[in-house]
Amino acid sequence: MTTRGAPKGWGNLLFALPFLAVYLWLLVYPLLAGIRLSLYRANLFGGEHFIGFENYARLFRDRTFIQALGNSLLFVVLTVPLLIVLALGLALALNRGTRFAGFMRSVVFASSVLSVTVLTIIWRQILVPDGGLISHFSRLIGQTPVAFLNDPKLVLPSLAIITVWWSLGLPMILFLSALQQAPRSVYEAAALDRATPWSIFRRITLPAVMPAVILVAAYECALQFQVFGQPQLLTQGGPNGASRPLVLYIYETGFNHWDIGYAAAASQMLFALILVVSLVPQAGRWLIRGRA
Amino acid sequence: MGAHNQGLEFRHVVKAYDDLCVFENLSLTIGTGEFFVILGPSGCGKTTLLRLIAGLEKVDGGEIWLNGRAIHNQAAGDRGVAMVFQDYALYPHMTVSENLAFGLRNMGVPTVEIAARIADTAKILAIEPFLDKRPSKLSGGQQQRVALGRALVKKPDLLLMDEPLSSLDPALRLRTRRELAQLSRSLSATVVMVTHDQVEAMTLASRIMVMHDHVVQQIGTPLEIFMRPANLFVAQFVGATPMNVLAGQLRNGSDGLAEMTLAGGAVVKTAVPTANLSEGLWRIGLRAEHVMLTAPDGGLSGVVDFVERLGEQSWVHVRLGDGSEVVAAQAGVSALQAGDAVGVTLNGAQAHLFDAAGAAYHAPEPA
Repeated sequence: MTTRGAPKGWGNLLFALPFLAVYLWLLVYPLLAGIRLSLYRANLFGGEHFIGFENYARLFRDRTFIQALGNSLLFVVLTVPLLIVLALGLALALNRGTRFAGFMRSVVFASSVLSVTVLTIIWRQILVPDGGLISHFSRLIGQTPVAFLNDPKLVLPSLAIITVWWSLGLPMILFLSALQQAPRSVYEAAALDRATPWSIFRRITLPAVMPAVILVAAYECALQFQVFGQPQLLTQGGPNGASRPLVLYIYETGFNHWDIGYAAAASQMLFALILVVSLVPQAGRWLIRGRA
Repeated sequence: MGAHNQGLEFRHVVKAYDDLCVFENLSLTIGTGEFFVILGPSGCGKTTLLRLIAGLEKVDGGEIWLNGRAIHNQAAGDRGVAMVFQDYALYPHMTVSENLAFGLRNMGVPTVEIAARIADTAKILAIEPFLDKRPSKLSGGQQQRVALGRALVKKPDLLLMDEPLSSLDPALRLRTRRELAQLSRSLSATVVMVTHDQVEAMTLASRIMVMHDHVVQQIGTPLEIFMRPANLFVAQFVGATPMNVLAGQLRNGSDGLAEMTLAGGAVVKTAVPTANLSEGLWRIGLRAEHVMLTAPDGGLSGVVDFVERLGEQSWVHVRLGDGSEVVAAQAGVSALQAGDAVGVTLNGAQAHLFDAAGAAYHAPEPA
């Protein structure tokens, strides 16, 4: 850079400074502080000493951590594909100008505005075996009510369904806007070309919404790895840790056991996991672009 | 049911949107091999007509027949009709060659024949170099060829085109227009094209249908439309400049031909027979090339308003004494300036007459 160019470049930086300052202070500094903390034995009362990677080594011997890691992975596998398929189906069904379709779009989106507290109150009343909505119907047909939230096999799928119901709105809106980008005349051309509904979907609609699908997949993976409120409020991670995901594990380790150095190490593992997983759809996009 | 004609036939077709009646009772026959152009200003219903033929809109009454088959209740894909859309509507996520193959594959054409047909079509339209590219990588003109190719490769009974040249730049439009004319002649396909550009209509059509406000104004060859417009609308819509129209009093001349007395008192002798014409207030129409400008000579006169110089000819706009305007065509670059006083001579032998309702009367055709 020439001496004349340098001051001009620094002048431009001034405009980015307000953002950079907040970004460094609230995001980069805590990230680095967390990585540092993960290398210490530390508790909430202030004692800390450096132990290197001992916390990480301990994590891999910790059955509770391994169980929580498995729960988080399973939860993402249960929620994200289902979310994409259902949101895309709804977007396709509701992508029309009728008043009914507009009403239904609002209905589907409405659940997204609920806070997690309200969400869990609603679903507790649906799922509890003692007087819940579903148990009422089970009794009507002479079945024993199922304890969805106390059965280790059913608890995570139940939480997944609750979460999908809660989160459908945004992906649906994103898919709808992607669908509306495709001009109507292309579909008319396909009608003149005798295309079946399936080949229209596969060759025209799906490629048009693919970027939105990849975006939603990356975003929802990152989001669902951070699931916390639903198990915290509905199950407290039970029964026997069957519904304890990573964030709940980190929370309990840090704030119930006061072992914040260890909790910080678990947080770095979650960070790495989310980073890798949200890059997968991006890599998929590069592959698609490479073929074109 | 009447005889099963070849070609395309509209029988008493009715089409309405909500309260707006687009076609009340449209009957029309287009022969095999015709290049039929529907010409009219925006919003006159011409695209609706095309969409009715394609099956993208349903008729509310009447029938549409194509080569002896009633097609108005068939699905769009079963009608044997292909269409070039105004925005081309190419499939964005398929290559050019896949765009061409898509319809054929859906029709169950064998793979070997699909390849052969694509090769033929690509050669005719010179789109071979980009068969493996996506439409987004092509220029507007190349996309236009691909859209035409996608229609032609199906060997349709009828080719529909909705303003196919409107998104091309002027130079490319001229070239494509010429190629389209040659192509339609060599393929002897039946074509129905919609346009608002009267030059396209005049140069491409075997017959033109002029539409205005959902009503068919006239159907005829380009020359008929130009030389013998059916009414005031057609007279003023077709032509490089709108036909000059002046009000006047019609009088039966001694030789059985109409004479018009214009507002300034000037009398124009026309070649239109007066049999069955009532005297009174009429309008006289003259194309710009039949208006001559002279030095002021005491006859009809006016002042030059402005001059449009196109190079090969000039349009001179003249304001007459009564405030009405006429346009005169002059060869080459006119020397007249705004403000010049001129005498105006109208070539009455070439004049058309319009009655109060706008219907046209012409001089008899030369034998």
